[in-house]
Amino acid sequence: MNWIVQDKIDIVPVRRLNEQGELTEDTVLSENDQLRVYKWMVKARRFDELAVKFQRQGKIGTYAPLSGQEAAQVGSAFALEDEDWIFPSYREAAACFVRGAKVSSFFKYTMGHVHGGILKEEGIFPVQIIIGAQALHATGSAWADQYKKREGVSVAYFGDGATSQGDFHEALNFAGVFQVPVIYFVQNNQWAISVPYHKQTGSKSIAQKATAYGITGIQVDGNDAVAIYETMKQARSLAITGKPVLIEAITHRMGPHTTSDDPTKYRSLEDDKSWAEKDPILRFRKWLEKRDLWNEEQEKELIDSIDEELKQGYIDASEAPAASLEDALGHVYEKMTPRLLEQLSELEGREKGQ
Amino acid sequence: MTEMNMVEAINFTLKQEMEADDDILLLGEDIGKNGGVFRTTETLVETFGERRVVDTPLAESAIVGTAVGMAIRGLKPVAEIQFLGFIYETMDQISAQAARVRFRSAGSLHVPLVIRAPYSGGVKTPELHSDSLEALFMHSAGLKVIMPSTPRDAKGLLCAAINDPDPVLFFEPLKLYRGVREEVEEERFTIEIGKANVVKEGDDITLISWGAAMAETKKAVQLLEDSNFSIELIDLRTIVPLDEEIIVHSVEKTGRCVIVHEAVKSAGVGAEISAIINEKALFYLSAPVLRVTGFDSPYPVATVENDWIPNVNRIVNQIKQVWELSLN
Ligand SMILES: Cc1ncc(C[n+]2csc(CCOP(=O)(O)OP(=O)(O)O)c2C)c(N)n1
Repeated sequence: MNWIVQDKIDIVPVRRLNEQGELTEDTVLSENDQLRVYKWMVKARRFDELAVKFQRQGKIGTYAPLSGQEAAQVGSAFALEDEDWIFPSYREAAACFVRGAKVSSFFKYTMGHVHGGILKEEGIFPVQIIIGAQALHATGSAWADQYKKREGVSVAYFGDGATSQGDFHEALNFAGVFQVPVIYFVQNNQWAISVPYHKQTGSKSIAQKATAYGITGIQVDGNDAVAIYETMKQARSLAITGKPVLIEAITHRMGPHTTSDDPTKYRSLEDDKSWAEKDPILRFRKWLEKRDLWNEEQEKELIDSIDEELKQGYIDASEAPAASLEDALGHVYEKMTPRLLEQLSELEGREKGQ
Repeated sequence: MTEMNMVEAINFTLKQEMEADDDILLLGEDIGKNGGVFRTTETLVETFGERRVVDTPLAESAIVGTAVGMAIRGLKPVAEIQFLGFIYETMDQISAQAARVRFRSAGSLHVPLVIRAPYSGGVKTPELHSDSLEALFMHSAGLKVIMPSTPRDAKGLLCAAINDPDPVLFFEPLKLYRGVREEVEEERFTIEIGKANVVKEGDDITLISWGAAMAETKKAVQLLEDSNFSIELIDLRTIVPLDEEIIVHSVEKTGRCVIVHEAVKSAGVGAEISAIINEKALFYLSAPVLRVTGFDSPYPVATVENDWIPNVNRIVNQIKQVWELSLN
């Protein structure tokens, strides 16, 4: 009998750049683009560190750190075209920046602004909180592109935990049946809050789940920006012809799940250390430095200019007019219902001291 | 004018709207070749092809979730949930996703989506095929909820729903799908979402109902008129937004109100209406607002459903009760 044996499903992750900063296979990424990718990753790391600090200082609300996942996010978003759309979760600031999102939007979002994180112009759907729900939105968005004969792909970003949700499976199943230009980009950062990958699923990889739905699956070293870029480029050209792709990027979140989480409760220091050696930014820098494309002085200049930009982003966000209840009531329906109008006038009455 | 039942009116409207706008597509289970389990989409796949009338895999969350994605990107999907009881499968995609996109994006994105689903009892369906769940969606800000009770209303309201920029739930009483025929204009027309219909004016008691429950309610009105009660009958047509104005005006005039709905009593739409009357017309009332509703159990098995659903007797009794309780 031909039983399918899970463990025998062999998947070899795509790799280009090893931990020593050596390129093991060619890349189409030009030197200029290599530098751009590197700069985006550094900006993401600095933003992340600053956001955590700001949260500790009470300047912003809860924040979900992304450090460790810069290569996965930057490499993948960098491979997209202007007409593409991304459907991010709460941990995808880096991917959003590459798409053109403003730093101030992200700060605004964490500061509780109605107008924070709305990035329609950049082809970015508002941040998703319900785990996995955006897999379906991306599928529908891709469907709309195909229906209207527009050239573009839709990309859903989510974590390994999301692959346990029904919406993930329903999305892949629809994609397999309807063959729409969609890419599911999973950052398998090993943890869904405190639950490790092996307690999330019994399958050896997430990539192999694609097989069951009749779509293409691929696993890639998520800390290797070059490999991610190459994979995403190819996935995009497949998807645009109506062949959906599931990409599993193996990576690791270095920090806590959010600023209110304490990872020492569920993972060991050794574990963190071994992943620190795989730091996506370090290996990329080594690679650039070996070829004299980068040096200490450039690094310093870059950091200074990023810090300046981040500071400005925070100032812009803090100077934005405070969110009001009117904003909230005004965006429920296209036209306010009589009841909302009544509630708004109650509110106005109260403000006038009536 | 053509005589139509509700199924025909819905089918006619879908066809008419799809002819008018290429961005409208239908998706759901068995809606293609099979024409929908109640034939509401009959022949549409032959007319518009599988690109626009999509038989989906059996997955409600995906039907609505992908439709949300489509709607954001410029299409006008009309999704069918085969029976309203199966809508629990997609509660997140409706109440936490579709309903909130406009809000979440501060008005920059919107979801012009219609979700159609048949519901209602009295037709001996298996479990979870008959439940009336409008109150669940009334509680989720950002959605509109429509429940027609006649073929003509179904046509005008469905046309309005498809062309509405917000997500609309359109619940069709399967008990009334084929029960009533009436003359319906063939030309395109809309009935304003949020406007109730005063089916019949009267002076003594305001009777409010909607959707499937209108069948028994109308029968009760007939009987009551024979016993010389002057009933003002209001068909809500739209649950969200609720036409508070018509309700309050009517109660100010009659001083008495009975609400009839098929959904369970606790935290039902009747409770909401009663609260509105309490807030806005208390001093016009000469008796407490009473409700005739389903009981607080899951929708029951076929052998007892006719005792469970508000029937003519229960409605007539409550009206008499209100009359007896009246101060004057
Ligand atoms: C439907 C739902 N269930 C639970 C949560 C609470 N929650 C937020 S993040 C998270 C873990 C998600 O893990 P994963 O999908 O791997 O993404 P990651 O946070 O690692 O990026 C949980 C359980 C939620 N937001 N939504």
